[in-house]
Amino acid sequence: MTRLDKLDAEALYAELLAGVRGLLKPDGVLVGIWSGGAWLAERLQQDLGLAGAPGVISSALHRDDFSQRGLSGGADHTRLPFEVQGRHIVLVDDVLYTGRTIRAAVNELYDFGRPASVALAVLVDRGGRELPICAACAPATIALPPGQRLSLARDDVGKFTFEIR
Amino acid sequence: MFVRRNPQLNRNDELIHLLSIEGLPQAILQHILDTAGTFLSVNERDVKKVPLLRGKSVFNLFFENSTRTRTTFEIAAKRLSADVINLDIARSSTAKGESLLDTIANLSAMHADMFVVRHSESGAPYLIAQHCAPHVHVVNAGDGRHSHPTQGLLDMYTIRHYKKDFRSLTVAIVGDIVHSRVARSDIHALTTLGAPEIRAVGPKTLVPGDLKEMGVRVCHDMAEGIAGADVIIMLRLQNERMTGAMLPSAGEYFKTFGLTPEKLALAKPDAIVMHPGPINRGVEIDSTVVDGLQSVILPQVTFGIAVRMAVMSIIAGNSA
Repeated sequence: MTRLDKLDAEALYAELLAGVRGLLKPDGVLVGIWSGGAWLAERLQQDLGLAGAPGVISSALHRDDFSQRGLSGGADHTRLPFEVQGRHIVLVDDVLYTGRTIRAAVNELYDFGRPASVALAVLVDRGGRELPICAACAPATIALPPGQRLSLARDDVGKFTFEIR
Repeated sequence: MFVRRNPQLNRNDELIHLLSIEGLPQAILQHILDTAGTFLSVNERDVKKVPLLRGKSVFNLFFENSTRTRTTFEIAAKRLSADVINLDIARSSTAKGESLLDTIANLSAMHADMFVVRHSESGAPYLIAQHCAPHVHVVNAGDGRHSHPTQGLLDMYTIRHYKKDFRSLTVAIVGDIVHSRVARSDIHALTTLGAPEIRAVGPKTLVPGDLKEMGVRVCHDMAEGIAGADVIIMLRLQNERMTGAMLPSAGEYFKTFGLTPEKLALAKPDAIVMHPGPINRGVEIDSTVVDGLQSVILPQVTFGIAVRMAVMSIIAGNSA
């Protein structure tokens, strides 16, 4: 268990990079969940020397809290510049919590085709799962009270930090 | 102080019904247009369906006929995974003497979640919105001469798609403005979105001078009306106007206010031509203009589905 004040996004990114390198199948592709996961996928794509752009996916249209939260912004971000059908996909996100975002993002992915496999890689697993979902790669695990929000931030030069509210 | 609330908004100023564009803030209009952009891409996917309204029942209540509007609402609701029930209301309960509110009470007892209402009486959707259960949402699909907000919004989506920014545009609306709920909705939307010049173009019987009070420039001369315009919205000439002595003849009308390639040449070279449909070729618009490069009449139809998906999903996501 990592302590909150020891959470170093850049150090964890280096571990994530190594993890994703192992997870990615030869013709596999990266798909980042908007927005933090998309930033990570963008940098992973570069650091892994993959051609083209990674996929970006938004969970907004498949969220299960639509009736409480409505259609909040960000639904317009899904961009999958490749065939999903038959593809090995590594889904990337910044923080794994209840698992609901992942469920919604996987549903969204299926609107574009049937992938051969989907593996999940995240920077931090903060526990508190409400669905049977687990990450194949999660460099840090941390315990946080339910009210606290943890998310990735990116500065002008592309350096990652964590935002805790 | 007593402040009369906009009946379309809840206490947090979120949209719960769409009854009219009048009185809606710019941010809400922009939000609807942005959301429509999202759904436009959904309509191009393999699976053209998202589960936002799964398990919800949408009742299409068309007290006045309209195949196209009803169909686009039906497609929009189905692509949001709602169950859609079309009621041929004009020929059923109303014909047997049931009142509007009794019809609504009965359909509410069937667990309706949303009513899409077209009615020949202005204000009918307001009446329904005021009397239905708190969880029920109402969309106005055209009421009398008053308002046709989803058509207004899809027109705005079309203009934004081709012209990007409203704040430098000259928009000419041509034809029977006085009877047109589309014109009224367009004028309110364009004003809210900051279009600096809106012109109402047509004969004095169909474009009365007091339209100026809506902030539009009234032109009874076609050449003056479309000169330098970025957007030309042609309205359908309703045949019943011809018999009501408001116009001499269809041929005469076409000669003075019909949009021909020659008249279109007076507008900006990149002007777009719009029409809410159904088109009367050779009455208000020349066939070559309908099929010409500047016509965006068919894209309007495509955008209309996305805009209606946006409206239905936004109001369904907000509670009273």
